[in-house]
Amino acid sequence: MAPATRLVLLIGWLGYALMPWYLVEGMGLADWGWLAEYPFGKAGSALALVLSGQTPWLAPPGVALAAATLFWGSADRQRTARMLLWAGGLGLLLFFAQAFAIVLKDQGISWLAALLGGAGAAQRGIGGGAFLTLLSLLFLLCHGLAYRGVCRGDLFTVSTIGLIVLLIGVFIFFPVAIILKSALVDQEGAFAPAAFVAAFLDSSIWGLGCVTGNTNCGVAWNTLILAVLCGVVTTLLGLACALLILRTGMPGKRIMRALTVLPIITPPFVIGLALILLFGRAGAVSTLLYEWFDIPRSRWLYGLPGVLLAQVLAFAPIAFLVLIGVVQGISPSLEEASQTLGAKRWQTFRTVTWPLLRPGIANAFLLGFVESMADFGNPLVLAGNFEVLSTKIFFAVVGASYNQGQAAVLAIVLLAFTLGAFWIQQRWLGGKSYTTVTGKGDAGLPTPLPRRVSWLAIAVIVPWVALTLVIYVVIFVGGFVRNMGRDYTPTLQHYLTGFSIDFSHGFYFEGSAWPSFFTTVKVAAISAPLTALIGLLTAYLLTRQRFRGRGALEFATMLSFAIPGTVLGVAYILAFNVPPVEITGTGLILVIAFVFRNMPVGVRSGIAGLSQIDRSLDEASTTLRARSFTTLRRVVLPLLKPALVSALVYSFVRSMTAVSAVIFLVSAEYNLSTAYIVGRVEAGEFGLAIAYSSVLIVFMALGIALIQLGVGERKLGRRKTGAPNTALSGAVADPISQGAAS
Amino acid sequence: MKSKSWLKAGLFAALATAAFAATPARAQGSLVMYCGVQEEWCRAMSNAFEKETGIKVAMTRKSAGEIYAQLKAEASNPRGDIWWGGTGDPHLQAAEEGLTLEYESPKNKELHSWALDQWKAAKHRSVGIYAGALGFGFNTEQIKAKGIPEPKCWADLLNPKLKDDVQVADPNSSGTAYNLLATVVQLMGEEKGFDYLKALHKNISQYTKSGAAPAKAASLGETAVGIVFIHDAVVFAVQGDPIKPVAPCEGTGYEIGSMSIVKGARNLENAKKFYDWALTPAAQALAAPAKSYQVPSNKAAPVPPQSPKMDQMKLINYDFVKYGSSAERNRLLAKWDKEVKALPK
Repeated sequence: MAPATRLVLLIGWLGYALMPWYLVEGMGLADWGWLAEYPFGKAGSALALVLSGQTPWLAPPGVALAAATLFWGSADRQRTARMLLWAGGLGLLLFFAQAFAIVLKDQGISWLAALLGGAGAAQRGIGGGAFLTLLSLLFLLCHGLAYRGVCRGDLFTVSTIGLIVLLIGVFIFFPVAIILKSALVDQEGAFAPAAFVAAFLDSSIWGLGCVTGNTNCGVAWNTLILAVLCGVVTTLLGLACALLILRTGMPGKRIMRALTVLPIITPPFVIGLALILLFGRAGAVSTLLYEWFDIPRSRWLYGLPGVLLAQVLAFAPIAFLVLIGVVQGISPSLEEASQTLGAKRWQTFRTVTWPLLRPGIANAFLLGFVESMADFGNPLVLAGNFEVLSTKIFFAVVGASYNQGQAAVLAIVLLAFTLGAFWIQQRWLGGKSYTTVTGKGDAGLPTPLPRRVSWLAIAVIVPWVALTLVIYVVIFVGGFVRNMGRDYTPTLQHYLTGFSIDFSHGFYFEGSAWPSFFTTVKVAAISAPLTALIGLLTAYLLTRQRFRGRGALEFATMLSFAIPGTVLGVAYILAFNVPPVEITGTGLILVIAFVFRNMPVGVRSGIAGLSQIDRSLDEASTTLRARSFTTLRRVVLPLLKPALVSALVYSFVRSMTAVSAVIFLVSAEYNLSTAYIVGRVEAGEFGLAIAYSSVLIVFMALGIALIQLGVGERKLGRRKTGAPNTALSGAVADPISQGAAS
Repeated sequence: MKSKSWLKAGLFAALATAAFAATPARAQGSLVMYCGVQEEWCRAMSNAFEKETGIKVAMTRKSAGEIYAQLKAEASNPRGDIWWGGTGDPHLQAAEEGLTLEYESPKNKELHSWALDQWKAAKHRSVGIYAGALGFGFNTEQIKAKGIPEPKCWADLLNPKLKDDVQVADPNSSGTAYNLLATVVQLMGEEKGFDYLKALHKNISQYTKSGAAPAKAASLGETAVGIVFIHDAVVFAVQGDPIKPVAPCEGTGYEIGSMSIVKGARNLENAKKFYDWALTPAAQALAAPAKSYQVPSNKAAPVPPQSPKMDQMKLINYDFVKYGSSAERNRLLAKWDKEVKALPK
């Protein structure tokens, strides 16, 4: 038995015999009262509980561990492998059987519970002990497979694959399965496919009232139209911007690049709020137009135009970041060749540049499309009577007529749209090569844009940049005036309400925003490194190891990216409020939600980073007899620093700005900034909401800079690497462009 | 030995997350409170209770609908202890579904009869803590600009000059708007009531998501009239915004903001302590400083001077049992969806 396997066994025994098996309420380091009856009672270990006869169904995992321990000193690889396979496999099976069969009283699977000796019993959610035991059983199984020669017998690789499959299964597939199931049952819990079909085909979803009559269209069409428009407009803007920056001598490029980062670190609905304050019926711009030009005030903002405007402002930078990478990737030599052959600038653009841009455009469009579908904050603030799926799902759950079934049906429609988009993307772009930059010397200069294209681009971009600037002025100023839109008396009141600190007796964080702010920072700080770790590990497996089911694993990691946040939030609260995984109301559920929601980006940036590192380096390391873990740690990881930064920054930013996924998951003790801000917006306290958002924006910019400093630059040779001041936008840009490009 | 250090890292992460997970401290001195009114009042209540009893309060503010949804999602494994505030209907719904617990407070005898009506309607599972009448607020500048007389009655809101200038929440998402639906049905009869809502539909610019949002919109001038609970409009009037609250002349319905103990509460004793305390005059007096002008349910509690005078209004005899029941609610909402919301403008 390899030393690593022994370590796995030790961990298993630690979990089984020593640590509390269940999640203990009131567990904490300040008060040890929960430990009173240890090793029995509520904080008891599985071993003690089994031996005292309280929980006979927990015996099998222990037996499995014991059986594996018998081979502690065995040198017979084949027999050890067989034993580990049996112990790990059966142990896992019975572990899950008892966990799902015996839950709360009168729930679970009663026949299975009876079979396991726990008829009528109830148990709480799994805690640290159960978690370690589960891990240990899983790794035993994986080690058994490795001893058999799977993945060239590499323990680390097989174990990591096992771990990632388990995590994805529990935290992505299980909750999604639960929500799909709830679409198929009626309010009483009986199987009702007919009701599902009826609800699915309902005219409120698919109605065509806006075409045939004067009523509203179905919510599915609304969402689809909005998403397509958003995709088209953001792509055009992004393209215009990318071409201007890279292919003309236009001044102010730096400002534009900096501006592209801002919307990404802005909490989503803040832009919507600023739009109301500017263009709402009583907004600043509307008032000016009315007073100077007698243009009547109108309510055009509330509905499709307003939501579209807000989404374009928020998501166009993402399209830009994707497209700038693509434009950079077009080798000038092809264009030069075209011109040498006598083509005019416009002809070159049309026949050479444009075809090469197409895949990037498709990617940018799909990103805008999916982001718009998943957007929750802007429709919440601006949609008016224009209903979209994400808000409708939310109100199906929290509305006056609580209807979980309807929420599930709508969630399926939304999921079908986003998955469809991803599928089309894969089909369309898969397998074609658009690479024109090669390692060979490439000294060409990019062709300047034809004049009409650049004028068109300028005409589009200048107003857009101006609007973005104005929006951020509003966001900044809005926090410092009494009531934006009515009363411009300067005040610090909003900041004091949110962030005052009482120094009179010590240091007391009195402001109402502090608790949610601290929780947000804590959750973001914990989930970002975990996301990066899991994402990069997965990327390593996907690119550097060959194993069966690799394609399926890759698809599974991308799945959570396609699941809209609202759907994931509802799924999490349904799946994780009851044992065996009982974590709603804790900070852990927030961390997990963020990790699995942002993981795809970690995976993508890892894959992109790894594909730049030649395999020969790995092979050299392997030839020098380093095992895969050593290679990973000493060779690959240092070279992956840029990818690490992207993954960290992206998940950090996303954890601080996400709304839809967490609005159901926040609790009394673990409230998040965004949920708090949504509450303020609902209550009409725009000043406080805007002040809080400004604080978040500044904090995120600082956080990104800090991550950059902490991880450091990748050192290649003794050369100095790129200018540091582009690092901020680069760090945000990389995962997005890479996520789209691969 | 290659696996050791990463296993160590994993173990560390597991322990760290376990410690983080285990903090929903429900030791002896704590209380998990779901609060359904506006933030400031929620905080005032939880802080005052914490100071007075030393019981640590973990408070979340959510809309009544969200809290109801959460109780329902958590039914098999409740996490909250007390649900304080928010309009009475979802409280009644929760009572009907057995999500909350019967309790008779010794303070009950100090309460107004309407508070006890709620208690009886809920079969002792919920009690009234404040009342607020339904009405509307109009933006004085906008009404003046339109050159129409100030609206005083429900009927005035049908004025064609107010086309696209009235806001109310969507009853599917807001208890306030459902209260309007039920009020109109009780005031005018179901058929006439729906005729009224259909006529009103022509003037509605937007069915908002949240019940109080039209008050903010009217105060900003985003709409001329917002149909809300009157105390929600008073908040902005007190701030000096050009909004005037109105109790409609034909008579109007009202809400009874309620409190319920969650069934299966993990800190039941503390929940009861809070329940009794929240019904005292001292606790109810915390509303006005927190800019909430509802009428308190304890007879001895001071009524804020800015509060709408309920005794000077024409109030209908609101049937909370009938209109609070799930069956009637779902029927009315479905009918509203079909006959009113689906109408072309």
